[in-house]
Amino acid sequence: MSLRLDHLSVDIGARRIVSDVSLAAEDGRFTGLLGPNGSGKSTILKTIYRVHKPAAGRLLLDDADLLALSARDAARRIAVVAQETTSEFEFSVREMVMIGRTPYKRAFGADTEADHAAVDRAIERVGCGHLVSRSFNTLSGGEKQLVLVARALAQGADHLILDEPTNHLDVRHQIEVLEVVAGLGVTVLAALHDLSLAALFCDPVYILADGRIVLGGPPTDVLTEQTILRAYGADVLVIPHPDTGQPHLIPRRARPDDDAGVPSTGTRNNSIPASPKEP
Amino acid sequence: MTVRVRRARPIRPVRLRPKARRPRRAAERVPLGLVLGGCAVLLVVVMTFGVAVGSVGLSPGAVWHVVAGGIAGHPENTVAGIIVWQIRLPRVLLAAVVGAALTTAGAVVQVLVRNALADPFLLGVSSGASVGATAVLLLGVFASLGVWAISVGSIVGAMTAMAAVFAVSRSGRGLAPTQLILCGVVMSALFESVTSYLIFRGNPQATQSVLFWLLGSFGLASWNQLPIPAVALLAAMVYLMAKAPALNALAMGTEPAASLGVDVRRLRRNLFVVTSLMAGVAVAVSGIIGFVGLVVPHIVRLMVGSDHRRVLPTGVLFGASFMVLGDLLARTIVSPQEMPIGVITAFIGAPTLLVLIRRRPYLYGATQ
Repeated sequence: MSLRLDHLSVDIGARRIVSDVSLAAEDGRFTGLLGPNGSGKSTILKTIYRVHKPAAGRLLLDDADLLALSARDAARRIAVVAQETTSEFEFSVREMVMIGRTPYKRAFGADTEADHAAVDRAIERVGCGHLVSRSFNTLSGGEKQLVLVARALAQGADHLILDEPTNHLDVRHQIEVLEVVAGLGVTVLAALHDLSLAALFCDPVYILADGRIVLGGPPTDVLTEQTILRAYGADVLVIPHPDTGQPHLIPRRARPDDDAGVPSTGTRNNSIPASPKEP
Repeated sequence: MTVRVRRARPIRPVRLRPKARRPRRAAERVPLGLVLGGCAVLLVVVMTFGVAVGSVGLSPGAVWHVVAGGIAGHPENTVAGIIVWQIRLPRVLLAAVVGAALTTAGAVVQVLVRNALADPFLLGVSSGASVGATAVLLLGVFASLGVWAISVGSIVGAMTAMAAVFAVSRSGRGLAPTQLILCGVVMSALFESVTSYLIFRGNPQATQSVLFWLLGSFGLASWNQLPIPAVALLAAMVYLMAKAPALNALAMGTEPAASLGVDVRRLRRNLFVVTSLMAGVAVAVSGIIGFVGLVVPHIVRLMVGSDHRRVLPTGVLFGASFMVLGDLLARTIVSPQEMPIGVITAFIGAPTLLVLIRRRPYLYGATQ
């Protein structure tokens, strides 16, 4: 159970968005895909689930060509949880999770007992049983993400792709969603914005910039001040997390005159981060 | 803590039994059988009234007597028999078929462009049909086809518009929802201005008949007109019911649908063609009847939720009932004159939708 990208390049229109990216999401690992906005994270993930076509390179699922599978068969192996969405249409939570069974539906097929069993199991594993009869649109952002994780589980896939699933979530729900995913034991490839959060959950991590991989490896090797400066153009402090020793980022305010070289305690008093990571 | 959780477990085997789970699901939504049964009864009642009520009032019993005779192959030659079999029944059936077709097309277009405000005429079908029908009425195009000229003209117009919208909205990434809406709106405006030009150049008397056609009517209904829309509706429903799970996935958006194993491009292209054909055929036999394709899908979604395996069959029955009722009002309210049915559907539809929007604001973009 592994998902590998082999020298993948992707064009959108005439522009090359992803260039020669090779990486692997290994069996049962939580692999992080990091990088600034527009670096090609989402494009890579969307190429895996067939929104875009590769311009060059290969996608390998268990060492076999992923794109040789039918869309249905691929969806039984790889499920996606993207950013929280609102729907124009009202679905109950249970119906939402049942939509995860789409790749198993035959024409005119009613919901089978296998479908119901998969949905029940998914709801139980994610722990959103108390929400089943609610309307999806009335849920909070965190609850919605949990339900979408349940939908992905109902899909029965052993690979999970996360495309910035924790955006717009508060800190508790960010951790809750990622904990649930990490506890599933499936192979995860996740694009994340929050580098400190990524360091807590992901190993290995890959950092992208301009559609190319800058560095990949364990978070302690990759998430260094130099690499982050190179990939994001952001000047941050990296300290070890007191619990885990994993890298933790501390944003800094832009110093008006960097070369003047007065990194005294005075400049660090500005502990409120102002637009820390977004360019 | 852990011990307590364990203690709760013995209950679970009971829940795993399929029969024990059913009531919980039923509590969420009304069972589909019940909804369909109710709507079927409603349709039969409304249709019976549709045939019975008019300048010559008939009893429901008399109506069914004639209908039974007609189905058996020997319609009565009495006055009642002719009124029912030759005039009112084809009209009521046509209204039912058109109502069902517009509702189905509306429900699907709303998914196709992922916008709750979409209706089946959004993608240029109606404005294209107007050009065709106007050309027939004012310029005498297709005059050799006699009574079929308007139908042929409007369907040629509708299909031309559909092809044009399809062509301009295609891009490398397929039919993106927003692009599709914009192209539909732009092309509609263009076709409408062609209609306006034709009316401007035409003579005033013919203009009157154009106006009447534009507002929709079943006044010219006959048995001959029934087969094509009925077959179109049936074929479309077979396709759509087969694709209903994929429609549900598409309602999540194009990218989530792709991740659920749906061939999004092909599905969207097919849906576009199917809905345009249905709406085009409906327009060809009855003119442009607004609001049904917008309002009825919403009413149906509020009744049964958004699972299209429930929405589509319910929509067929409820849309048919809605249209039959609308037509009944259209020809009785100002009798002996006839009101354009588009006026009636708008008068019923607009307030209904407003009430629904206010009751369920979260469905229409309001935050909690």
